[in-house]
Amino acid sequence: MERRKFVQLAGLGTGALMMPSLFLGNSIPVEALLDPGMDIAVKKRLADVALNTARSLGATYADARIGRYLNQYVSTREDKVQNVVNTESFGIGIRVITNGTWGFASTNDVTEDGIKKATDQAVAIAKANSIIQKDPVKLAPVEAYGEVSWKTPVKKDFKEVPVSEKVELLLKANAAAMDNGANFVNSNLFMVNEQKYFASTEGSYIDQDIHRIWPTFGVTAIDRAANKFKSRDALSAPMGMGYEYLDGLESEKLEGPAGLRLYRNSYDIVEDATLAAKQAKEMLNAKSVDPGKYDLVLEPNHLGLTIHESVGHPLELDRVLGYEANYAGTSFATLDKWKSGDFKYGSDIVNLFADKTQPGSLGAVGYDDEGVKTKQWDLVRNGVLKNYQAIRDQVHMIDQNESHGCCYAQSWNDVQFQRMPNVSLEPGKEKYSIHEMIKDVEKGIYIAGRGSYSIDQQRYNFQFGGTVYYEIKNGEIVGMLDDVAYQSNTQEFWNSCTKICDESDYRMFGSFFDGKGQPSQVSAVSHGSSTSRFNDVNVINTGRTV
Amino acid sequence: MAIYTKEEARRILEKALSFSTADACEMSLGGSESGNIRYARNTVSTSGHRSNQNLSVTSSFGKQSGSATIDEFDDASLEKVVKRAEELAKLSPENPEFMSPLGPQTYDEPRSFIESTANITPEYRARVAASSINPASEKDVTAAGFLNDSSGFRALLNSNGLFAYNKSTDVDFTVTMRTNDGTGSGWVSRDFNDIRKFDADEAAKVAIDKAVMSREARAIEPGKYTVILEPAASVDLLRNMSWAFNARTADEGRSFMSKDGGTKLGQKIVDERVNIWSDPLHPEVPTSTWNGEGMPMRKTSWIENGVVKNLAYDRYWAKEKGTEAVPFPSNFIMEGGDASLADLIKSTKRGILLTRLWYIRSVDPQTLLYTGLTRDGTFYIENGEIRYPVKNFRFNESPIIMLNNLEELGQQVRINGNLIPYMKVRDFTFTSLSDAV
Repeated sequence: MERRKFVQLAGLGTGALMMPSLFLGNSIPVEALLDPGMDIAVKKRLADVALNTARSLGATYADARIGRYLNQYVSTREDKVQNVVNTESFGIGIRVITNGTWGFASTNDVTEDGIKKATDQAVAIAKANSIIQKDPVKLAPVEAYGEVSWKTPVKKDFKEVPVSEKVELLLKANAAAMDNGANFVNSNLFMVNEQKYFASTEGSYIDQDIHRIWPTFGVTAIDRAANKFKSRDALSAPMGMGYEYLDGLESEKLEGPAGLRLYRNSYDIVEDATLAAKQAKEMLNAKSVDPGKYDLVLEPNHLGLTIHESVGHPLELDRVLGYEANYAGTSFATLDKWKSGDFKYGSDIVNLFADKTQPGSLGAVGYDDEGVKTKQWDLVRNGVLKNYQAIRDQVHMIDQNESHGCCYAQSWNDVQFQRMPNVSLEPGKEKYSIHEMIKDVEKGIYIAGRGSYSIDQQRYNFQFGGTVYYEIKNGEIVGMLDDVAYQSNTQEFWNSCTKICDESDYRMFGSFFDGKGQPSQVSAVSHGSSTSRFNDVNVINTGRTV
Repeated sequence: MAIYTKEEARRILEKALSFSTADACEMSLGGSESGNIRYARNTVSTSGHRSNQNLSVTSSFGKQSGSATIDEFDDASLEKVVKRAEELAKLSPENPEFMSPLGPQTYDEPRSFIESTANITPEYRARVAASSINPASEKDVTAAGFLNDSSGFRALLNSNGLFAYNKSTDVDFTVTMRTNDGTGSGWVSRDFNDIRKFDADEAAKVAIDKAVMSREARAIEPGKYTVILEPAASVDLLRNMSWAFNARTADEGRSFMSKDGGTKLGQKIVDERVNIWSDPLHPEVPTSTWNGEGMPMRKTSWIENGVVKNLAYDRYWAKEKGTEAVPFPSNFIMEGGDASLADLIKSTKRGILLTRLWYIRSVDPQTLLYTGLTRDGTFYIENGEIRYPVKNFRFNESPIIMLNNLEELGQQVRINGNLIPYMKVRDFTFTSLSDAV
């Protein structure tokens, strides 16, 4: 965390402390969320002011993004509402190429004058920087789509659901946790609506309305006598859906091992909180793991983060090329490995694909933030590295002439750049359930949910933990484990993948606040998979005495 | 211009307050201007300028509160934002932890704004980038860096008569230098309130030297080693430790600071040479002299001679516990010694020098165990000399264990707005090797 954010957070109250910076926008009354905002004809006229100003100042390319970002955040603990926040952020970001160099400026003064001023500034920055530019920007061609639009197909717009209903649901989940033995519970509901208008000198005017939601909680059980505490977080996933995600449909529930309830495209927060409390208590007395080699059976809401860190990030072309060297790092998946055509990223059954189109995913949009229509493409096929994730100014560096459509900016205020699309593991082709998988394991650990995760700057060495761990002995779950983390190397790990459950087990994990870039920006991304088995992975014991 | 003077800010806030009909009203007015340049592959990549201002109003009727924000400050807008906050307050559930706004406070005069930093231009930023790119190109090294400068202000006014104003400037610079054969990487970080203290050429040289020195690193067995942590290597672990100084979670039994139904306040938790405090007026790391609620921030001791001296209490929790509120620190100052980095290396028989730690994540909040990796310059020391670069390690370590295993403290350096000494520590736990450069 940058110091500025640290200072910012330090000054705020408890509720706000838990609020990610994305939500530190302008607070507005709840009714204002339903305000339709600026008329599309006005947006087009104002975007044209930016494009024409840029052209008149000598820019060879320009795009303008008029964005209205509406967020709602509800935070509770036990029987108290800590915070209900509605925020709105509205403004325009203008990006230009002048003298072969990018320039960007943004303003919340969305008037002709304000836009002209910001465009001037973007061009001035590009000109100042062009003096040290050695590698002029080359853009891959893109179709001029004209005036088009896209919407997340939500069934219940969160903005139309009363705050009282949301508060009631969270308090009900909290009560369920407390009734089942929790000492503390915090629950949160994050809801996002991005209303984005994009226009570029290529001839596209794209209007999009994007929704995301994340219900989550943390339940803590305490043993005062032993001076111990354990937490169990929600097994929900953030989704690119409306409020209907919280309907808790029976048809979307899966019976997991050890009495676990797992959720696909509909989440039952009260049921999950009930189980969480029981599991948090159970964790206080769970067996501390014996370190050594185990076969790991990884549940999708856990495996998603492993995919994110060990496949999603290393295959971002900007990392591979060195554009992120000063922050997130570079990548082991270098161009020579890809060019060889036979780099074994994983075992033969490992097929990983990227997309910005899966319904319900966080990455799903019609067009990316530089006006490219979204699609699906292969990253790893039959274990072999096939492609990267790239945008308009990068694809020529991998001898391709079509952007993959994964450019994104977190707001009008930030410059757009290459961001991770959804990256998912294809389910196994043969019918194979999680219960059959466990039966086949002699000495293993079943891990569900996200936990601690850390990986090096080239994405070789990682250490991951989960939410809950169960020991598998001779095909049976024999009890809960504690102090578990596994350490491996990306290529070794994916080559140890021996089994993948079929598509009936496929579901999505999501990361709501994935960070990248300088200044750092967040983006939301999903990772689909079915429960998968990895053989002989090194497990360490993380218990310490201080 | 997004930066208002004290008088301009007070005028806007007083006008807005005149529209309030609530039992209590708190307002916060702020603005900032920031600029950045980003470069990689020895050329400029992206850069930009951001300008923002807003007024946030929180109105309360009894224990019901509502907030609204606006970025226009004409009379009609000010009236609108106050009315919006009041309407929202009336619709909100009661907050049982509501605290009425503070009355007037006395603040120290802040030292955090420096005019020269506020006047940085795009041309200056381009020159800083060139100061990295040009020497890198000459040394067969590739530079990737980032410079961000910002200036901003914030003012508070509430219906109980509190007024506070602060201006600040900041500049943050980092650059990573990688050798073109891909086997060496070096990094440096510099941050200041005053840009005049920044020497872009010197910083670039440190990173280039480390990159060249770290080429062709050797693998040595993971295990427990004596390490010398540069301040950039320890700052994140120490700052993570500082989050545990929250009195409420300690009292609730869900923190490293919980103990026997109470807390570790007054207990020795680390080596007696460890002294940590915060001070908003320290000339090297000045910050605002009040926090978001308007509470005065003053020099506060957190660890003295290894003993926990204070935990942070927000106003509500302080009231519940019948004690004084203690604001969470805005900076972190750890006492150092006289030894330079060279002195620390010289007195080391066998050890490892760490430039920085990366991707640090909590493993166990009970013991403050963290994991992460070394990065951008890890060197083996033998008989008082740096012998050769070593491959990066993954560590699993708790800052509490680290500060109990203290061997020697060196000179302090500013890092991310904090002052941290070079530190020599024994038995630092590395659990595996990484191939990452």
